[in-house]
Amino acid sequence: MADPHYRVAEEGALRVEPLGDLTAIFDRRSMQTHLVTQPMPEILAALVEGACPVAVLAARLADRFDLDGAGDATAILTERLEELAAMGLVERA
Amino acid sequence: MRHGTRIAVGPVQFRIGSDWAAPIAALNQLYASYPQDDRRPADATVRLFAARPWRRWLRPSVHIGGDYIVPDALPLPLSMGLLAAEMGMNLQVALGWRRHLLLHASAVAKHGRAVILSGESGSGKSTLAALLGEKEGGADWRLMGDEFTLIDPASGDALAFPRAVSLKNDAIAEVAARVGPDRLGPLLAGTPKGDIRHLIPRPDAIAAMHEPVRPALLLFPRFGGPPAIARIGEGEAFVRLTEASTNYVALGEAGFAALTRLVRETPAFTISYPDSASGMGIVEQLRAEALR
Repeated sequence: MADPHYRVAEEGALRVEPLGDLTAIFDRRSMQTHLVTQPMPEILAALVEGACPVAVLAARLADRFDLDGAGDATAILTERLEELAAMGLVERA
Repeated sequence: MRHGTRIAVGPVQFRIGSDWAAPIAALNQLYASYPQDDRRPADATVRLFAARPWRRWLRPSVHIGGDYIVPDALPLPLSMGLLAAEMGMNLQVALGWRRHLLLHASAVAKHGRAVILSGESGSGKSTLAALLGEKEGGADWRLMGDEFTLIDPASGDALAFPRAVSLKNDAIAEVAARVGPDRLGPLLAGTPKGDIRHLIPRPDAIAAMHEPVRPALLLFPRFGGPPAIARIGEGEAFVRLTEASTNYVALGEAGFAALTRLVRETPAFTISYPDSASGMGIVEQLRAEALR
């Protein structure tokens, strides 16, 4: 499948509270609390700008992370996005 | 139920019924100095009942019931009726309370600021809190509770739950050396939790049990090993306290908001200590540093 788009949960569904090295995320739909670490909060924040394919997300995050080698970054981001999808925090658009 | 009483501990009004007179008499003695308001509706109901009607007389054993029951809870012999009542009260609060975030933690307050001690059984949290509550005649520390501390989701304040302190094993002699016999309940020897004796909190701790206190310090004590203090981050404190809360999930977003606020506003440490004197010294030291 070529270039799926990912989108973050609907607006207002997530309450995100940074707690030092960890970030606590309360999902109002499932009532579940998720504890995540970098780069998950940054990925969610970047997706708020709008659903996008992994390559575009990598570009959005490029100025915050040292993403050397576009192919590598895409593979890592895809892994993280799938983890976020498993938690129900993002979904394929 | 043939016998019954009402007891108010902090914000919780208990109604306790029993098939036997003895556990109710023991409770009434332990809680004689607590405020009484029989017109207030009960928040939690505890029932101590006989498995079969004839068991009330023949080898009586006490079953614990109420608004919530744990099907696998073992019946206790009647001589441990007081322990059964205490377990029943804990159970109803742990499973049923929704108005505050409930932490399995002891707490003490000094000059209007609370130190919250969270840990498993054996961490010494109850003993430390009880001993601080008796320190120098109790003039400066107030015992807020040895088992549960409640956090008000609206204000972030800690609320006391000063039930009679359940002293276990070695802690019994340590506390008995400091208080008069009128402050202690009967010795319950050889319970499933070892020897137990209850300490009636000081009258000023009972009188002040409705006064909310702003948390100053979160401590995660561990009894044993050389004295050690380690600061922990907000995230780790959050994780530890979700595990220490019996109603975090049930409270939903209110619990999430209360807990994130608590760990952000309150410095948190793990502490190890070889004996009670050392533990109390660490608590005093960290409190002074936190409020400097």
